[in-house]
Amino acid sequence: MSEPVPVVEMTNISISFPGVKALDQVSFRMFPGEVHSLMGENGAGKSTLIKALTGVYSVDSGIMTLSGSRVAFTGPAQAQEFGISTVYQEVNLLTNLSVGENIMLGREPRRFGLIDWRATRIRAAELLTRLHLDIDPNSLLGSHSLAIQQLVAIARAIDVQAKVLILDEPTSSLDADEVAELFRVIRSLKDEGVAILFVSHFLDQVYEIADRLTVLRNGSLVGEYLTDEILRIDLVQKMIGKELTLLDDLEKKTHDSTSGDDGETPFLQAIGLGKKGAIEPIDLKVYEGEVVGMAGLLGSGRTELARIISGIDRPDSGSLSINGKPGRLRTPRAALSRGVAYSSENRKAEGVVEELTVRDNIALALQADRGWFRRIPKRRQDELTASYIQALGIRPPNPDALVKNLSGGNQQKVLLARWLAIAPRLLILDEPTRGIDVGAKAEIQKLVVNLAENGMSVIFISAELEEVLRLSHRIVIMRDRTMVADIQNDDISVESLLAIIADGSILEDAS
Amino acid sequence: MNRIFASRLFWPVVMLLALFIVNLIAFPGFFSIELKNEHLFGSLIDIVRNGAPTLIIAIGMTLVIATRGIDLSVGAICAIAGAVACSIILGSPDPGSVGTVVVAIVVAMVISLVLGVWNGFLVAVLGIQPIIATLILMTAGRGVAMLITEGQILTVNSPPFKVLGSGFLFGLPVATVIAVAIFVLAALLTRRTALGLLIESVGINPEASRQAGVRSRGLLFAVYTFCAFCAAVAGLILTSNQTAADANNTGLFIELDAILAVVIGGTSLMGGRYSLLGTLVGALVIQTLVTTVYTVGIPPIATMVFKAAVVTVVCLLQSPTTNAAFARWRTSLSSRTRKGVAA
Amino acid sequence: MSVAPFPPATGAGRVLGGIRDVFTSPKYGPVLVTFLLLIVVFAVGGSRYRGFVSGPVILNLFVDNAYLIVLAVGMTFVILTGGIDLSVGAVVAMSTMIAASLLQAGWSAGVVIPLILVVTSVLGLLVGLMVQVFKIQSFIATLAAMFLARGLCYVISKDSISITDPFFVALAQTKIPLGDRMSITPSVVIAIALVLVAMVVLHYTRLGRTVYAIGGSEQSGMLMGLPVARTNVLVYVISGFCSGLAGVLFTFYTLSGYSLTAVGTELDAIAAVVIGGTLLTGGYGFVLGSVLGVLVLGTIQTIITFEGTLSSWWTRIFIGVLLLVFIILQKILTARRR
Repeated sequence: MSEPVPVVEMTNISISFPGVKALDQVSFRMFPGEVHSLMGENGAGKSTLIKALTGVYSVDSGIMTLSGSRVAFTGPAQAQEFGISTVYQEVNLLTNLSVGENIMLGREPRRFGLIDWRATRIRAAELLTRLHLDIDPNSLLGSHSLAIQQLVAIARAIDVQAKVLILDEPTSSLDADEVAELFRVIRSLKDEGVAILFVSHFLDQVYEIADRLTVLRNGSLVGEYLTDEILRIDLVQKMIGKELTLLDDLEKKTHDSTSGDDGETPFLQAIGLGKKGAIEPIDLKVYEGEVVGMAGLLGSGRTELARIISGIDRPDSGSLSINGKPGRLRTPRAALSRGVAYSSENRKAEGVVEELTVRDNIALALQADRGWFRRIPKRRQDELTASYIQALGIRPPNPDALVKNLSGGNQQKVLLARWLAIAPRLLILDEPTRGIDVGAKAEIQKLVVNLAENGMSVIFISAELEEVLRLSHRIVIMRDRTMVADIQNDDISVESLLAIIADGSILEDAS
Repeated sequence: MNRIFASRLFWPVVMLLALFIVNLIAFPGFFSIELKNEHLFGSLIDIVRNGAPTLIIAIGMTLVIATRGIDLSVGAICAIAGAVACSIILGSPDPGSVGTVVVAIVVAMVISLVLGVWNGFLVAVLGIQPIIATLILMTAGRGVAMLITEGQILTVNSPPFKVLGSGFLFGLPVATVIAVAIFVLAALLTRRTALGLLIESVGINPEASRQAGVRSRGLLFAVYTFCAFCAAVAGLILTSNQTAADANNTGLFIELDAILAVVIGGTSLMGGRYSLLGTLVGALVIQTLVTTVYTVGIPPIATMVFKAAVVTVVCLLQSPTTNAAFARWRTSLSSRTRKGVAA
Repeated sequence: MSVAPFPPATGAGRVLGGIRDVFTSPKYGPVLVTFLLLIVVFAVGGSRYRGFVSGPVILNLFVDNAYLIVLAVGMTFVILTGGIDLSVGAVVAMSTMIAASLLQAGWSAGVVIPLILVVTSVLGLLVGLMVQVFKIQSFIATLAAMFLARGLCYVISKDSISITDPFFVALAQTKIPLGDRMSITPSVVIAIALVLVAMVVLHYTRLGRTVYAIGGSEQSGMLMGLPVARTNVLVYVISGFCSGLAGVLFTFYTLSGYSLTAVGTELDAIAAVVIGGTLLTGGYGFVLGSVLGVLVLGTIQTIITFEGTLSSWWTRIFIGVLLLVFIILQKILTARRR
């Protein structure tokens, strides 16, 4: 069949922010009546591309055409006029209003200047029927599940005569039945000729619903593929990419450490640990001095598991024991007091306290542990700060600098210093090397090796497989909120890891 | 270091100095302080005495605001503390004895601390927004005070009690000495221990603090209780000064003055880093403003108009919109000069 | 979380479930509780005093609280967006002062009343701009307005000024008879008319729906393309206008202007709105609920007056307790929905 005219075509689009090139010469197109999936890890440029498409960001260079005619958006309203509608991950609707009103808000039919509620309800009901949804338009949106709210958001989106419907992570909080319902709606829209951009971390879902894929990595286009023609393993490899082995000076560590020895009590043991909507029940052991790498795509449950282990979120099933002693870690404080520290992937929101100084940030956890009354003496603070500034190479080496004025890599080091200062027995590092420069990355990797050699256990979470392979004694792989593999790191190849992440099956040679 | 100091205290101090100059012009003897009967007298002494209650409450308020909170109930607590103390003194057979006054003060303080714990409970345990949580006591508190005074203005004639509001110690007004003591107490308590760091940390980023093991619940209880403590002290001073407990008017609008002092002092209402020194200057600015209005000969009741102007100006100066506009202006200036150089 | 939107329902079970749903809904629950509360309060009054539940008493409730109803209407708009207006009491006092002083100076009522409404609306506009453009928290911005208004009162005069203007006196003395021994004042008519207009605005205009949208989520409202900024300013203009109107009604009631009048009235207005079922965090609530709130407060006041021995300060304590109960109720209802 001859290729029809794309409804959206972006050619060599570039967008820069101060200090970052968010999109570099990216081309992208969508055809009517097709589900297109945009793939990539964190920082790949997906959300920037979506925001360019919806007119939130203006494009620095490149050409954008809609149904063949060239456009340049000046704002979201204009993109909507062209028939581009978006449903965001956090449903941007109003739970305090009715379903019907949420669908029609801002364009209710009016009579004599006043809203005609009857006509509004009828129109909302029509749109719901078009999606085959049996929902009372008068009911309060907040009384429905997130899945229904998601569908209502779609109903609102298609009312503006949508030609293009963008669904950004629509399934991240839905269960299997709800996903099926969503897919039914997507298919019926597709049959009506709407082009749908489906962004999801779940490979199975992408393979189930998408016709075509575009893969981005680090702001650049990797390629456009038909879903039928690309193997999962190839796709994952394209998303994650191969990092240049710049870090060869890091000794390939030995795998003969203590892990897995029979009879030894693991430092941490989780049995059937799970939380509805976050992770399926999981068993996990971490031995003293062991680096456990945790691999998996974004949204695979890796962060969720780490948060439960470290007392930040509460599990609703399973048990946890530390040093053989069972005990619930109900708060981060409880976890910290038993030697479990978690360094969040969300550095700014949950990690550093930006308005405080480097010194205060480093001292925070130690101080919280000592209690408010026993302040760490000023001299001790200075020594502590100076030693970590030196050991981790924090720049600028000024203990009184506000953390908000530091670069991402240095903020990460400050955060690491905070956890190291309390000398935890198990340190969980969630994406500690994301978004920081290569030099800082190598230093953090070296640090992890050293810590383990000194007897600390480390759970190292990263999307970069080379990094995980280089550092870990053992590798745990998460996929679709469950653990699919727990293997010793004996000559595992990146390819076999990719295979597990992509297909969820352990290859023969991997174990 | 120099720059940080400048940005935080610079404007409040400038404001204070400007007010001093205005006073000096209107009343040349403004800075003169005399020693009469071993007591200091003068306009400046009046300022530090009359400003003491506001300062005391503002100290407590600073810590509450540092945790991203606010306490609207301090005025009501002032009234309750005054009412309790006066009714005990009046009810005792010997209103003039020191023992009676001590009992009255202790009971008033304990009741106020309970009210502070109540505020802390609503905020820390029930998770109600601070402005709403303390609104409850702000509304009901004056009713409680009237219940205690049975709707009367309780006039007390008790020399030991009167010392609080109008006595002198080491030549200085007792109220001022108490204010200084509480200021020093708060400064030592938060800066010599880790309390200040933990409070700021919770105020700036509650989630990061939680993950670092900071127990915010206890901190919230502590700051609201301390704020109520400050309010009670201020209430007793005010009551003693008027030698009467007036449930309707003791500490009326003082919560607003206290918040104003904190804001002028450069502590952001969004919580986080606080400056007790700034609050001190802020409280002095407010009291000097009141005095200025007197000395310049404007009808004193118009003070509120000036306060309104100060709140507005300070808030506008702190507003993110204004800052962004300034930043844009500065970049456009610098880029223009750069272009000029290039050309 | 199930995908089925409707639970299987059969006759009675469905009705019971429906009742439970309505009561636990953050939208209707608090209002219904308020309505029941009003009935209970009335029943208490009726069981204690002969002639409590009678036409004149009920109508008097409206007569005495007409200005508070007007204030509560304005406050409802502000609180629905998640803001708060602390300036209303001071603005009422300022309005009475402007009215009294200008009338004393010989201005005609036909000029004075519109002037007051314009002045208070402009003050609201300034507050709205501070909140919206300069991102100043509403309580601080309205605090500044409160200081300003109170201060201006004192600037006008620190003494009470009585009003002898024939138009005001006539309105103060006019009684609109409603059958046997019962009557209302023109103020009540004005207040009720305002309530009706407010209901229409909130429920049938884009402005009103945007007010609810802002209270639900300002961010979402903006993404849905609603005029969030304009509406955020307008609610304070509306509240300013209502405060001015309440001030005018207050002068009809007292025939004087006084600087210290209506101290703490902002708390009564806020309490009435909250007790009337409007969530302090915004997004849920009805004007009619606020009217119910005013009536609850008024009835409690009436009972205390009837009681004689029970002193007036109990009103404040009751209001505080009711505030507490309703705030906790709101907390529970919204927490359940998260």
